[in-house]
Amino acid sequence: MSVLSIQNVVKEYAGHKAVNNVSFDVPQGSIFGLLGPNGAGKTSLIRIITRITAADSGRLLLNGKDISETLIRDVGYLPEERGLYKKMMVGEQLVYLAQLKGLTKTEAATEIKYWLEKFDIKDWWTKKIEELSKGMQQKVQFIATVLHKPSLIILDEPFTGLDPVNTNLMKEEIYRLNSEGTSIIFSTHRMEQVEEICKDIVLIEKGQVILTGAVGEVKEQFKENLFKINTTQPLTGGGRAYDILTSDEQGTTIKIQSDATSNDVLEEVIKSGNVIKSYQEVLPSLNDIFIKQINRI
Amino acid sequence: MNKVWLIAAREYLTRVRKKTFILATLLTPLGIGLLMLAAAYFAKSGSDADKQIIVKDDSGIIEDASVMDSRTMTYTLSNEEINTLKENYNESADILVVIPPFNDLNEASYQISYYSQEKLSIGTINKIEGAVGNQFRDYKINSSDISIETYNSFKTSIDLENGELLDQLAAGEDPKSSGKTGVIVGTILGGLMGFMMYMVIFVYGGMVMRSVMEEKINRIVEIMISSVKPVQLMLGKVIGVGGVGLTQLAIWLILTPAILFGVQHFFGGDLASTAGVSPEQLNQISSAADLSESKIFEYIKELKSLNWLLIIPVFVIFFFGGYFIYASLFAAIGSSIGDDMGESQQLMIPVSIPVVIAFMMLQPVLNNPNGNMAIFGSLFPLISPIIMPARLAFDPPMWQVALSIIILIISCVFFAWIAGRIYRVGILMYGKKVNAKEVFKWLFYKD
Repeated sequence: MSVLSIQNVVKEYAGHKAVNNVSFDVPQGSIFGLLGPNGAGKTSLIRIITRITAADSGRLLLNGKDISETLIRDVGYLPEERGLYKKMMVGEQLVYLAQLKGLTKTEAATEIKYWLEKFDIKDWWTKKIEELSKGMQQKVQFIATVLHKPSLIILDEPFTGLDPVNTNLMKEEIYRLNSEGTSIIFSTHRMEQVEEICKDIVLIEKGQVILTGAVGEVKEQFKENLFKINTTQPLTGGGRAYDILTSDEQGTTIKIQSDATSNDVLEEVIKSGNVIKSYQEVLPSLNDIFIKQINRI
Repeated sequence: MNKVWLIAAREYLTRVRKKTFILATLLTPLGIGLLMLAAAYFAKSGSDADKQIIVKDDSGIIEDASVMDSRTMTYTLSNEEINTLKENYNESADILVVIPPFNDLNEASYQISYYSQEKLSIGTINKIEGAVGNQFRDYKINSSDISIETYNSFKTSIDLENGELLDQLAAGEDPKSSGKTGVIVGTILGGLMGFMMYMVIFVYGGMVMRSVMEEKINRIVEIMISSVKPVQLMLGKVIGVGGVGLTQLAIWLILTPAILFGVQHFFGGDLASTAGVSPEQLNQISSAADLSESKIFEYIKELKSLNWLLIIPVFVIFFFGGYFIYASLFAAIGSSIGDDMGESQQLMIPVSIPVVIAFMMLQPVLNNPNGNMAIFGSLFPLISPIIMPARLAFDPPMWQVALSIIILIISCVFFAWIAGRIYRVGILMYGKKVNAKEVFKWLFYKD
């Protein structure tokens, strides 16, 4: 079952198709990477999911139901461009935002206390936003995104501007929320973070879906028959079954010919009298796939 | 709807709790009080310096100089030789006035001269001219065969009054028609209400605009819009700021008279004596301005006789309607611009023009409160919030009031719709130069 199902969604701005017939599913309980270069249509899509704008056509199902106003409470959104009311105090600001999500004042206060304690910032309640540093403001904003316990959280570049310690803190919270069943859409163009965090991805470019699926499957799909082999003596020259691409201290990267298998490669190496220390498949990084796929279009 | 109130409440509370708001709200009436005090003080100190004036009268017209005395000026005749006087008048006086011989009774203009160490103010010169002029007038009357009574009867004051009112009064009925005083009261009241609307539109409309811009620049608007509809956010803002305006006006309406009363009270009696005006002079002034006690009473009576049951509710309707229309439009402007105040000036022009036109129409409409311009102004939606309240004291035909209100309500919906369309696109639009043509296109964007 998918928490969010996007079906043939189109959004056009003054003759320019920002979202062009996009369909994909976000699996329940996934950390889902929404990827794409700048201007690919990620923000437009997120704005449609968060009901900031409406799609020209297509359907969006949240937990199997058409997205409507009543589901506002089910979605938490941390926009890339962050902002809070600078003159308001942290506590009242969070209460206000939670009330707009449909929480009562007391519900909100309980949740906020929990989160402020969790982030070890209990004494911030009466601090004005403008007195906080950018990173500190981001924590407040994160709390605002999650305190109404949505079933789907959308994080647009959540780690920009955070120091490593706070990045880690935030990551842990994301993992924890996810382990408790919250689905998370994570929009970014930082591939190393995607690789680390995401279970599934969709890659968007020019308003269209280029590829989507579980991270492992995607890598499998785009693998290029590359292997890393480490032997006692350096591998010299390609054999019938493989070509040597690069060599370094960790070993040699080879590409297996399309009609050969790993068995053929190993057989050839063993026959040559060399001793194999290790042999491992090299899967493409998401970064490579990303760049290749984008350049292809 | 619940969310609109939440937004309005936040908008209201954050503003009302601001130090600047509290200061402005409390200090404005205090400032008015201080200004009155200062004016009184300066009026007093300005006329304080008693002037001793020596008159060298070669015309022989003035018999007793003391009849020319006023509260601040004392006149004495002197027969000393002119050159001696010129040299030592300043030992005992401030000013020396020299009146040359006067022969021709038919002379209508006559020059006299003065000597003084310091420059005389226009006020002082006028007072001396007046005092000497009166002596000449009396002398001329005495020299002619016209009695002073005959002379006084030449000055006839004409009182043009509403015939219907006189008929009603003659028949011993309670007067229903409005008299001349009614016209004066109506003009003042109308002007006041029109001006108040003008202020409200610009002050609080501008506040809404800045508030929208602030949210857009802050980027919080994206979070807000993911929880509420843009129209809800806009309406909440308009209502919240409207509440701030009402609060401020209410406090001013209570505090200003209270402080003025306090200032009067503090200075033991009335402001007139604070200002250094004697009761006699006050009477002179008020009779000159037709403000004798009975006149004041007449004004109060006229004020009481106005149809307040119509004026107050209709004014309130136009107050809210006018504010609502313009605040929505200002919100739309605020949403279309980024952090560039210069741009806002340009986009504000189309919205400001009707307000300024309405304000300019106020005077002619008050002069002819049931003329064509007044009728047009009462019905045209962007102008009616200023013009219609101004006419209320002049008993406009009921159908016009009713039609004007209907048009106002329709316009409220219409302009809120237009503003909402612009607002929803504008608040999410960044880094784009926006002009009127572009904004017009936004009206037809799909959601």
